[in-house]
Amino acid sequence: MTAALLLLADGRFPAGGHAHSGGAAAAVAAGTVTDVPSLERFLLGRLHTVGLTAAGLAAAAARTADPAELAELDRATEARTPSAALRAVSRRLGRQLLRAARAGWPADAGLAALPAGTHHPVVLGTAARAAGLTDRRAAELAVHEAVSGPATAALRLLGLDPYQLVAVLARLAPQLDLVAERAATATRLPAASAPLLDLYGERYDSWKVKLFAS
Amino acid sequence: MGVSAGPARIEAELDGRGRTVLPVLAGAGPVALRQWRRPPPGEPAEVAMVGSMAGPLGGDRYGVRVTVGPGARLRVTSVAATVSLPGDGPAHCTLELSVAPGGLLDWRPEPVVAAAGSHLLLETRVELAAGAALLLREEQVLGRRHDWTSGAGPGRLTATLTVRQDGVEILAQQTDLGPGAPGWDGPAVLGPHRALGQLLAVHRPLHPPEEEAAPDGGAVLLTLPGSGARLLTALAPDALLLRRLLTGREGPAHREADGTGATQRQAQPACAGRLPRLSSEAR
Repeated sequence: MTAALLLLADGRFPAGGHAHSGGAAAAVAAGTVTDVPSLERFLLGRLHTVGLTAAGLAAAAARTADPAELAELDRATEARTPSAALRAVSRRLGRQLLRAARAGWPADAGLAALPAGTHHPVVLGTAARAAGLTDRRAAELAVHEAVSGPATAALRLLGLDPYQLVAVLARLAPQLDLVAERAATATRLPAASAPLLDLYGERYDSWKVKLFAS
Repeated sequence: MGVSAGPARIEAELDGRGRTVLPVLAGAGPVALRQWRRPPPGEPAEVAMVGSMAGPLGGDRYGVRVTVGPGARLRVTSVAATVSLPGDGPAHCTLELSVAPGGLLDWRPEPVVAAAGSHLLLETRVELAAGAALLLREEQVLGRRHDWTSGAGPGRLTATLTVRQDGVEILAQQTDLGPGAPGWDGPAVLGPHRALGQLLAVHRPLHPPEEEAAPDGGAVLLTLPGSGARLLTALAPDALLLRRLLTGREGPAHREADGTGATQRQAQPACAGRLPRLSSEAR
């Protein structure tokens, strides 16, 4: 099933993630992410907070095809996203991913039954299950997205050295595995949150001109 | 082994004449409870939590359970900041707050301060009936001034807040701050700030922050899922500046309804780790 995992994790998979910075654009504008070391600390915090939470939701969604349970996970995502702006982003990303996933696995009843506007982690978990992947793989996909999207956005915004960024991502790789493991084995759905990311998400939403949608 | 105590309990209900009374007011472990005044009809009963021991110390387990009955109104404060101190492993504090239809809970204790070497697991569970009103303030302060000047740094605070409204979860969040929590002082979580505060209002007025905030701090007003629920989240360098961001946001409607004396008392910034004096009106 490795090929399906790589397909879903590929930046060229048309799920719209490239248009979002996960708070990195706002952090760059606020002057708190300015270079490679501050970006690394940003990514580490993001991974262990909203990354863990998204991974927990995605893993739980990968374990079920029951529409009632998936609706419950959608409400859980809602409760774990206090910023209305970020809830809207998550639904938009969910919609784009759902379209791509239905194209990839058209026979999957779970994907077909997901309502439009389902939150991104729930769609991600469902897409992983439809592709024959385990809950642990769904969690890995979620933590990968939680880190790689913002990393690429910051690279572009700050004009960083891409080789230094590779070094950062390679250093973080064991942490990604750790967080995915925690998310997939958690007995209670994680709800880890990051106050600055909520603040950035809400404020960035009101900007008139922006390079990234979030 | 630390203190292990069942929860202190407060139960508020309406008597036959529209007055809020407290049939249960039972301190436990490190939490003693004092009723400050018997309210006239329509106004909240007021209870202050008094720390009867130092701490919590690592290893302690304690909690508070509050039940507000239909139509009853209750305000709970504390007379001093709670200073979490090191000991035998983490300390556990569980707050269970429930409000029945038409009831109001105004829960505004002083800050929790994580002293060097401490670890407090603070779990707050709120259960609201449809139409129940809530004002909840939570302030977390990383380290005492002494912890910073001595170079010891702060302790760790792992705080979970879950709110259910009419049986549906509308907020679930956990902040894990302080040494041992990956990335806690990085630019995604707290950045340079050392105090985090929240004011949660459900079916109560809550106003957006007035001041033009610094791009990486200040306060932001969030609209939660559910009915009439909003959350003001604020980040500040210290407890005093944090209190300033959270003061007065609950709005004039609240003051009119609940009496101005109490509002003034709330407005005094707490100095973390020092016991604020009871104002004369409070005795």
